[in-house]
Amino acid sequence: MMRWKATAKATAIAGALAVATLMTAPTAGAKEFKWAFQGNLQSLDPHGLFETFTIGFHGNMYEPLIGYDDKMNVVPMLAESFTQTNTNTWRAKLRAGVKFHNGNDLTTDDFIFSWKRALTEGSDMKVPARKIKEIKKIDDLTFDIITSNPNPILPRSLLILYVMDKEWSVAHKTEAATNLKGGEEGNFANLNANGTGPFMVTEHAAGVKTMLKRFDGYWQKIPSNVTKATFTPISQDATRVAALLSGELDLAYPVPVQDWQRLKDAPGVQPLAGPEARTIFLGFDQVRDELLYSNVKGKNPFKDVRVRKAFAHAINVEAIKKKVMRNASFPTGLMVAPQIGGFVPALNAHWAYDTAKAKKLLADAGYPNGFEVTMDCPNDRYVNDEKICQASAAMLARIGVKVKVLAQTKSKYFGKVLSQNNYDTSFFLLGWTPGTMDAHQAIEPLMACRTKEKGRGLFNLGGYCNERIYALAPMIESETDQAKRAAMIKEVFKIHQDEVGHIPLHQQPLSWGVSDRVTVNQRPDNVLDLRYVVVK
Amino acid sequence: MFAFIIRRLLQSVLVMLTVALIAFALFRFVGDPINNLVGQDTTLQDRQQLRETLGLNDSVVVQYWRYVVNTAKGDFGYSYMHRRPVKTMLLERMPATLELSIISIILALFIGVPMGVYTGLRRDGFLAKIFMSISLIGISLPTFLIGIMLILVFGVMLRWLPTFGRGEVVAFGIWTTGLLTASGLKALIMPAITLALFQMTLIMRLVRSEMLEVLRTDYIKFARARGLSNRAVNFGHALKNTLVPVITITGLQLGSVIAFAIITESVFQWPGMGRMFIEAVADVDIPVMAAYLCLIALFFVVINLIVDLLYYAVDPRLRIDGGGSGGHG
Repeated sequence: MMRWKATAKATAIAGALAVATLMTAPTAGAKEFKWAFQGNLQSLDPHGLFETFTIGFHGNMYEPLIGYDDKMNVVPMLAESFTQTNTNTWRAKLRAGVKFHNGNDLTTDDFIFSWKRALTEGSDMKVPARKIKEIKKIDDLTFDIITSNPNPILPRSLLILYVMDKEWSVAHKTEAATNLKGGEEGNFANLNANGTGPFMVTEHAAGVKTMLKRFDGYWQKIPSNVTKATFTPISQDATRVAALLSGELDLAYPVPVQDWQRLKDAPGVQPLAGPEARTIFLGFDQVRDELLYSNVKGKNPFKDVRVRKAFAHAINVEAIKKKVMRNASFPTGLMVAPQIGGFVPALNAHWAYDTAKAKKLLADAGYPNGFEVTMDCPNDRYVNDEKICQASAAMLARIGVKVKVLAQTKSKYFGKVLSQNNYDTSFFLLGWTPGTMDAHQAIEPLMACRTKEKGRGLFNLGGYCNERIYALAPMIESETDQAKRAAMIKEVFKIHQDEVGHIPLHQQPLSWGVSDRVTVNQRPDNVLDLRYVVVK
Repeated sequence: MFAFIIRRLLQSVLVMLTVALIAFALFRFVGDPINNLVGQDTTLQDRQQLRETLGLNDSVVVQYWRYVVNTAKGDFGYSYMHRRPVKTMLLERMPATLELSIISIILALFIGVPMGVYTGLRRDGFLAKIFMSISLIGISLPTFLIGIMLILVFGVMLRWLPTFGRGEVVAFGIWTTGLLTASGLKALIMPAITLALFQMTLIMRLVRSEMLEVLRTDYIKFARARGLSNRAVNFGHALKNTLVPVITITGLQLGSVIAFAIITESVFQWPGMGRMFIEAVADVDIPVMAAYLCLIALFFVVINLIVDLLYYAVDPRLRIDGGGSGGHG
């Protein structure tokens, strides 16, 4: 009994000490920043998952050769210079004196190692890594990158190829990217990080919280004065907003657009909105001879351009903007946003809203009384996605087309409509941001004819196909003359718009909630870069 | 007695096998995990390769059998999303859920039982009527709403309590506890109340009706006739005889509290197993879902076993009947 009491006492003292440590005033000059996002940080492995939030977060710890500044301009990061010396060769010179968090120097070998690691089985960075055929080491800081094809956007493709320290990776047996299949290899980098970025990971409880500390040996001056940063994933919208309102967070995103007024009314917080580089659009099955989900039998109405055009004229994007998107969306007629390389301002206008014209087009195509079709729609992927589908269905009802909306959670939706399920859809809503922020990354996966061998048109769910666009896609990829390239991109968009390959609706808004204590930079790809966070 | 326990444990294996089978049959309807596992630029070949590697192209029966065999070897697989062993993840998250559930049940018992006794004894009292009205709220309001309302009042408006998370935790080996730090205790208050409220009202109403029943019986009248004090009659005789159903319900409820902490955990961003499960469902993380469902099945079986054993302690008739064959009824 006595012993138990002693233990209890010791525990109590330990508890008291823990409390005391908690209550110690922060050291002078310490600037703490706390933020929350709706999703988990799934892995710390920089080559594990090619997904915007994940690589955006990793960008605080790891860095590429060339990166984005606050406006998403491409600027030199680890490479002091990166120039094309002939059609297939790029010369890169690394910055001298760049250190990893463990104190090691950045060298050519680290880059070569990282490239090879990005090609291992578990890596999701194989697509950009495969663009490199070979790397020739010149000296410790200089190397030549050889590509198999001329590639004018190679620097952009390598934006997400983060550089790891070779010695560290070898020492911790993480020479291959974390494999989904499991197995011990790669696990160290899954839970630990050692990059050249301005922040180091001090604690990473996967799915619970991640704590970062400023790296004193960072190679460049940055606006941020944050010394300590804590990230928490909060999946429930209501909880995330409440945590921001209660002052426990400095930044929460995304915030439902419905809650903007609440944030404006509350003291100390503000909504921060801006255009996202993501375009939301509708698409049609134009491949099958008979639609899977329609009452039209024996033929596919969407093969007729007049039907597609009728749909385009029937949808009132301004009304969607006003009623569904709280005036925060940016209506468009183009498959890429203004932030994307290759954007054509002249083609950005949406089709005029004209139900009479739409009805006439439908009648000309042989459907004076319209028809029925089922629309596939995610309900938790894009801003107000399900509501956009419902609004579109209501608008199409006015021209006699009866649309049944099948809205599902994203895993079910994508499981149904993507390639693995043989594009099982007749009419759908999808959103897209080109990973490289270049139009080619929208043209090839969304607008080029579907070919399994070439891997083109992977997300061309409706199988829209135009020979000319198909021929132009690889030319755009390798054309180095920027003027010629822009002309080709413009030609693609013009054809696509004339044929109504898809119906672009709008760029959706970014929606963050920010405390008055901090200033942050909202990047159009919804990434928070801690380099630009300033705490007052 | 020993044979009884063994038999129940063997039954539990059967229960878990069945749960896993049903789970695997259902996973086909949850969606496809591949799109959550790769970026949009990943090629078709790489996607197909990944499906093959993860065994997603196999039939449900093959996937199920592989899972059972691996589980029997103690290998629960790797989470698709977190790329970590599911076993480690469950062990990391379990303390948070158990701590929350047990505190909630204790709260429910220590408030629910006295309230039940009180309302049973003074059925027409003013206070008893207030208790009964409050209990209606507890029974009828959804957990989600209660949680959000608490957050709004005590987190956002009054700012007394944290709105999310578990606060600072102290680790003892594999166990982490939030009971030893101020922030941990503060973080526990709202989730525990949210989770306890329904159980508390349930227990209170149960105790009340049982008390009303027992108080009418002859032996209570005799006890009073013998001149025993009110306290001895009410607590020594009446309450004790209401306990068998209370133990059953509390035991079963502990199982559901652990299993249905999911909602409370998501509302308060509590880092427990329930939230992990909900996230796994959204991401179609099959290994995590399967392991969680089997674990919850195991919890239910074990809790039922403990409840059955407790009957022996509470109900002397079972002990006289002697051992495993005895059932009361």
